[in-house]
Amino acid sequence: MTRQMTGAKMVVQALKDQGVDTVFGYPGGAVLPIYDEIFQQNDIRHILVRHEQGAVHAAEGYARSTGKVGVALVTSGPGATNAVTGLTDALLDSIPILVLTGQVPTFMIGSDAFQEADTVGITRPCTKHNWLAKDTDTLAETLHQAFHVAQTGRPGPVLVDIPKDVQFANGTYTAPEKSDTTIYAPETKGDITAINELVEAMEKAERPVFYTGGGVINSGPKASKLLRELVEATGIPITSTLMGLGAYPASGENWLGMLGMHGLYEANMAMHDCDLMINIGARFDDRITGLISAFSPNSIKAHIDIDPSSINKVIPADIPIVGDVESVLTDILKVWKARGRTVNRDAIANWQSQISEWRKVECLKYTQEGKVIKPQYALERLEALTKEHDRYITTEVGQHQMWAAQYLGFEDPNRWMTSGGLGTMGYGTPASIGVQVAHPDSLVINVAGEASWLMNMQEMGTAVQFRLPVKQFILNNERLGMVRQWQELLHGERYSHSWSEALPDFVKLAEAFGAKGIICSDPDDLDEAIMEMINYDGPVIFDCLVEKHENCFPMIPSGKPHNEMLLGEASTQGVIQAAGAVMV
Amino acid sequence: MAALKIKKGSTSHSAYNLRPNFSDEVETHTLAVLVDNEPGVLARVIGLFAGRGYNIESLTVAEVDHTGHLSRITIVTTGTPQVIEQIKAQLGRIVSVHDVHDLTVEGASVERELALFKVAGTGEKRVEALRLADIFRANAVDSTLESFVFELTGTPGKIDAFADLMRPLGLIEVARTGVAALSRGPE
Repeated sequence: MTRQMTGAKMVVQALKDQGVDTVFGYPGGAVLPIYDEIFQQNDIRHILVRHEQGAVHAAEGYARSTGKVGVALVTSGPGATNAVTGLTDALLDSIPILVLTGQVPTFMIGSDAFQEADTVGITRPCTKHNWLAKDTDTLAETLHQAFHVAQTGRPGPVLVDIPKDVQFANGTYTAPEKSDTTIYAPETKGDITAINELVEAMEKAERPVFYTGGGVINSGPKASKLLRELVEATGIPITSTLMGLGAYPASGENWLGMLGMHGLYEANMAMHDCDLMINIGARFDDRITGLISAFSPNSIKAHIDIDPSSINKVIPADIPIVGDVESVLTDILKVWKARGRTVNRDAIANWQSQISEWRKVECLKYTQEGKVIKPQYALERLEALTKEHDRYITTEVGQHQMWAAQYLGFEDPNRWMTSGGLGTMGYGTPASIGVQVAHPDSLVINVAGEASWLMNMQEMGTAVQFRLPVKQFILNNERLGMVRQWQELLHGERYSHSWSEALPDFVKLAEAFGAKGIICSDPDDLDEAIMEMINYDGPVIFDCLVEKHENCFPMIPSGKPHNEMLLGEASTQGVIQAAGAVMV
Repeated sequence: MAALKIKKGSTSHSAYNLRPNFSDEVETHTLAVLVDNEPGVLARVIGLFAGRGYNIESLTVAEVDHTGHLSRITIVTTGTPQVIEQIKAQLGRIVSVHDVHDLTVEGASVERELALFKVAGTGEKRVEALRLADIFRANAVDSTLESFVFELTGTPGKIDAFADLMRPLGLIEVARTGVAALSRGPE
């Protein structure tokens, strides 16, 4: 079916045809025709953010928690440049989002017109693909292709830049099914010879480990199901990157916890000592590998990834498999079952008892004493009091993010939305809004640090306006905690600009926004305060005053291998207090 | 080491042949990249090289299929085998890229470059320049009483050699097209 309509109407029609129910956006001169169309319909809900960066992170939160494409709509010039951080964030974490930007009319492009920016030029390196829609007749097809590219293969952000005259002009609408999507068709089925070889290696392995990542989440819920089946059937222990948490349940008996720079001792030791590493949808990020030359020196490495460029990029793969996780896991299970469901049971039992020894180190142990809340304790209580809820967690970036990954347990995929690759401070608040829009009746908590949280705090206005009961759980140490930790460990305790002075009164700030503010500084009051936060029907800013100089352990110092972790304890405490006096 | 070919719609593609066998030696490879001839496509390719720190020794681009709007970008690049594999894989990810061929490893290929040389001089030097041009089968496409413009087609090595010879004979300016390359044989 083809129909005549304006470019602006096409945008709304294409979004509807693609099943979009929500758009996060901010109007401006170059997108007014689209906003006029949005005004005249009720199928697509528009969430007005307070800053374009917020729109993109909210779209990411929506996408990460639903698996659908998140959509943001912003104006030209500053609207587009403000979207750049969110696009880069989505690119590094492979999140499918579509950003629509207005552009000055085609006849003014290149004239340094008001609010003109070379949007496709600026966003070329931070999108999976982008388009400048120069013609209303091809606009609809471009939009459908954009959705296709965003969610096909390795997902990622796409951008369509739409000049204002293209929005006003009439053209022929092309339906999704009539659009040519053969422009992009990456291979998703893994090579069966390689899969056979992997199964053979699994049968023989004495110390195998699964190392899984965000690719499992991106592949969809079925991939997580297949992963669980494979892990349970083989008894092979499993660890995950920050991005992959929830694909295998934290309560599962083969769960080692997160690996990497702030990963668990047992997970990193298992990675270092294994004889078969099965990487499923992870990319050997530098936060994972530590010192590359000493990374898991004696293992065969299998690498399953949908993106051929991930293979051999950092760590050479002995058994490389290019394919979608769901498809490859289906084949692995099929082959493994057909070959008689063999694993080296005795050796794996020994391997598991070795892992139990490592667990005894209790790398996450800490002591809650005195009248100051330890951040770990705050998260342990948050976990205890919310784990039975239908819960989604977003985070900002820093120590609190790592503690959240360590102390919160994720039972299902798409429940943990964090900025992994880019490490974007200011991501969490808008992301929590995007998640809450997608899951209006769920408990959505943004675990934050006060410094990160301030970066996009204006989005509290969005939460209040749209009655989104997001809970902003701020671990307030009045420090840029992770920066401070590195300065302590690497820069001779010279704490250059890593503390927050002139912080707002978060309770008053909440009230100023029309939200609820809660402050808690006493460990004895913590449970009650958290319950008050959960039970309040509306957005909450929770100011949790925590120990100011707590370091995040375990930690693999940069440039060290997995088996040289710092386990922390209180050995550095005295030094910090002496130096801390200078700061206050 | 087999080349990483990322063909659209291919069903047999896998990285199974990508067994790591990486040396640290820097190699020179000629890549042929078939792309949609659309605005910004060259910027995508060049931006990839700049953004990820890869080398470009030479780059040639022109539309080769006017009906299909396909352009062929020929890139000569250098890097360790691991870097070369990355370059090919990264090129393959670009949505506008149809095909990536590594002419250096996919059998024999021919490489040619066209260059123009402006050589100014009189007397013995001028005669010598003309004689050498004849040996190299370069054509004089412009001449005045004090200068020649020679046109020379050949491998980059041949063009380098000619430039070296012309330098003492009054070489003023060189324009080179960069390498165009095709695989030998019917395929």
